[in-house]
Amino acid sequence: MTAHALDVTTASRAQHVQKIVTPAGLTVWLVESYAVPLIAMEFALRGGASQDPIDRPGAATLLAGMLDEGAGPLDARSFHRAIEDQAIHLGFGADRDSISGHLQTLSRNADQAFQLLKLALTQARLEADDVARVRSQLVAELKRDANDPEAMAAKAFREAAFPNHAYGRPVRGDLATIDRLTREDIIAMRERLFSTKDLKIGVVGAIDAETLALKIDDIFASFSKTNDLISIPSTQVANIGQYKTINIDVPQSVIRFGRPGVTKNDPDYFGVVVANHILGGGTFTARLFREVREKRGMAYSVYSQLNEYDQCPMFIGAAATKNERAKEALKVIEEEVRRFADTGPSEEELDKAKKYLIGSYALRFDTSTKIASQLVNLQLDGFEPSYLDQRNDKIAAVDLEICQRSAKKLLGDGGLLVTVAGDPVGL
Amino acid sequence: MSAPLLATQPSLTPGDANSAARPGGAVSHATLDNGLEVVVIPDTRTPVVTHMIWYKNGSADDPLGKSGIAHFLEHLMFKGTKKHPQGEFSNLVAELGGQENAFTSYDYTAYFQRIGKEHLGALMAFEADRMCNLLLTDEVVAPERDVVLEERRMRTDSDPAAQLDEAVQAALFAHHPYGTPIIGWNHEIENLGRQDALDYYNRFYTPENAILIVAGDVEAEDVLKSAQETYGKIPARAESPQRRRTQEPPHRAHRLVTLLDEKVEQPAHERVFKVPSYRTAQPGEAEALEILAHMLGGGPTSVLYETLVVDQKIAVSAGAYYAGSALDDTRFWIFATPAPDVNLENLDQAMDGVIKNFIEHSIDLERLQRTKTRLIADAIYAQDSQASLARWYGESLATGLSIADVQAWPSRMEAVTPQDVHTAAKNWLDKRRAVTGFLLPEATN
Repeated sequence: MTAHALDVTTASRAQHVQKIVTPAGLTVWLVESYAVPLIAMEFALRGGASQDPIDRPGAATLLAGMLDEGAGPLDARSFHRAIEDQAIHLGFGADRDSISGHLQTLSRNADQAFQLLKLALTQARLEADDVARVRSQLVAELKRDANDPEAMAAKAFREAAFPNHAYGRPVRGDLATIDRLTREDIIAMRERLFSTKDLKIGVVGAIDAETLALKIDDIFASFSKTNDLISIPSTQVANIGQYKTINIDVPQSVIRFGRPGVTKNDPDYFGVVVANHILGGGTFTARLFREVREKRGMAYSVYSQLNEYDQCPMFIGAAATKNERAKEALKVIEEEVRRFADTGPSEEELDKAKKYLIGSYALRFDTSTKIASQLVNLQLDGFEPSYLDQRNDKIAAVDLEICQRSAKKLLGDGGLLVTVAGDPVGL
Repeated sequence: MSAPLLATQPSLTPGDANSAARPGGAVSHATLDNGLEVVVIPDTRTPVVTHMIWYKNGSADDPLGKSGIAHFLEHLMFKGTKKHPQGEFSNLVAELGGQENAFTSYDYTAYFQRIGKEHLGALMAFEADRMCNLLLTDEVVAPERDVVLEERRMRTDSDPAAQLDEAVQAALFAHHPYGTPIIGWNHEIENLGRQDALDYYNRFYTPENAILIVAGDVEAEDVLKSAQETYGKIPARAESPQRRRTQEPPHRAHRLVTLLDEKVEQPAHERVFKVPSYRTAQPGEAEALEILAHMLGGGPTSVLYETLVVDQKIAVSAGAYYAGSALDDTRFWIFATPAPDVNLENLDQAMDGVIKNFIEHSIDLERLQRTKTRLIADAIYAQDSQASLARWYGESLATGLSIADVQAWPSRMEAVTPQDVHTAAKNWLDKRRAVTGFLLPEATN
């Protein structure tokens, strides 16, 4: 049986990636595999919610939500039924900096699946009735989040971290303005964003390069060659050292914390990845997990992570603890961050973290959709397939000095922007 | 150490025995001398294995007054043994590049790791040790109980929608332990101690009560050999522990459960029916309920969505779900989110109308076929994920089904007739015995 090429840890992962240039000049990364009669495709277009008009947040999200609501000769109902009749998985989403699409199909239905994707991308009807329905679904989501402590802490963090910046605005829109979003807004977003420039495609499964190239051209080649993106200024998490509490009557306080991160092209980026893993990334082994959860029983979930928006690398984390202990939990988190910034990891911690990060890389490649997503993410980050083979070497090269330096670079004096939603005692 | 409080993902339904797509290919099954069942699911695409141990006990087996003990013990299983003190197992898994977790449901508790296949033997040795040598001290039990209370605050006590679900479920199962939340009630969690956990552990964590599932690029013989050298060394306890559960009396009343909370901005509606599970149903009945749930409420082509959301515009979303994998009689939900300015009474009546109409008319054959196509294809999609396959087999075996049941599932789905679906709807979607839940903002006078 064919191996799922990228899963082979002993050989090169990169050599299994075919970098195809289609007759129309589009680039696609393909991993050809016939082990399961399926094809998975992921793609991304640069320019997501950060491109929303300033008074109309949610436009990119609404656009993504409208693409499978009727296209070409098919109205919304017929389109959904066509998808179901072929048992296709098709979906679209908007992120901060990109709009993404996901297609998964039985290989025997591939032709119809690609045809429906083409219709969605090039001839979505965007009828007023359907826009109203999808918008009402967004409104319901926003209302569900309105008094949800986790969503409230995240919103407060976003607003404090990015005042007067696109990243401070909500991806899925705002209850106060969402009704303003119209069909015309969606059409305008589509015209600005849909282009073959910055289009990144990854495909995994039972299809050969030649067949795929023709399909890709058929779907995407009618896109404009250029997009019309407003440039997003680079920014950093602001208001470091500030605490902001949003009061709501719940027994538990949700704490969100963060500070500026380090960009992927920083020479110490991999040192930063390892450092964050030791501090708050490892599931049951990280310092925050041990100190906040295991030793003190203060939270079910506590973590830190690196978030990289296109124009803003970030270090962020979260925990949730009962109101009576919120102050204490925050103090422990702050002390751990500061202590780690000052002294970095032990040799043993570093060694274990590197072993985990290297060994677990294979777990990102065990399903077709996961592999296809990895192929798209690498392209968005501007890497070549060779990155797949180099990544573990880069982790391996992080020594104690690099990791200490990286921890300091990431965490500085340990200052954090902190937002809390709940009824915390003493904060 | 997550605990899915509701099995909200679609039941892990198996693959297509009629096509080339039998899920997991040649699944092998053996039983060790001490009673441990061993299931091996081949997935030769990847050098990664999924290693799971399932115990056939869950929250519905919590002793009276000790709600939450199955889930609490799941947390405490990470506290170490004599041979491998706290942290050693998790450190090993991490150092080997693996990921691990565990979950508790009503009918089972499971522990799993995903890791490079060459490390399978090491994991088996640790997991087998944990099956019989758990070491608990009050120093580790007390903070972990606080962790569980924080988990409950996070999932339920800060969320009115979750509190309504809990109340609806408690109303539906007035006597059977499915009416008690998996995580337990706060006042009982607060009093769970070391000895409660050990008593429960000693009763249920035995080879006779466990199922080992390994999915990945491994030979069944090698897995069996390793299993014999590790789990096989655990002495048998002679017989499987009995699950003694109080059963539900017949329901005769409709119950309306209303939760009012000032934090609710978006009202919601749900209705839950008590229905047979795959294990308790008459032949073909559970399959018909599965198809009925999908036809009524499985996505944007379903009857509820097309009628309430698209045509009547009375709701912004609507769906249905059948929790078929359960040891005892189980739940069938229908739910909807009202459109702005639609009150729940009107939505409720519209829902009644959809169901009445479904029962009074003959089954839409095109819709039936569409549903079968989707469900059977999902079994093929499941083959793309060894972790999903492992979970699907584990859940089925832990709720009283066999490997053969799993593998025949697609053909049994295929065999469901329009009459079967009609009968299931007529027999089971009876509002007179159901529970309806309303989620509403606190009345502001």
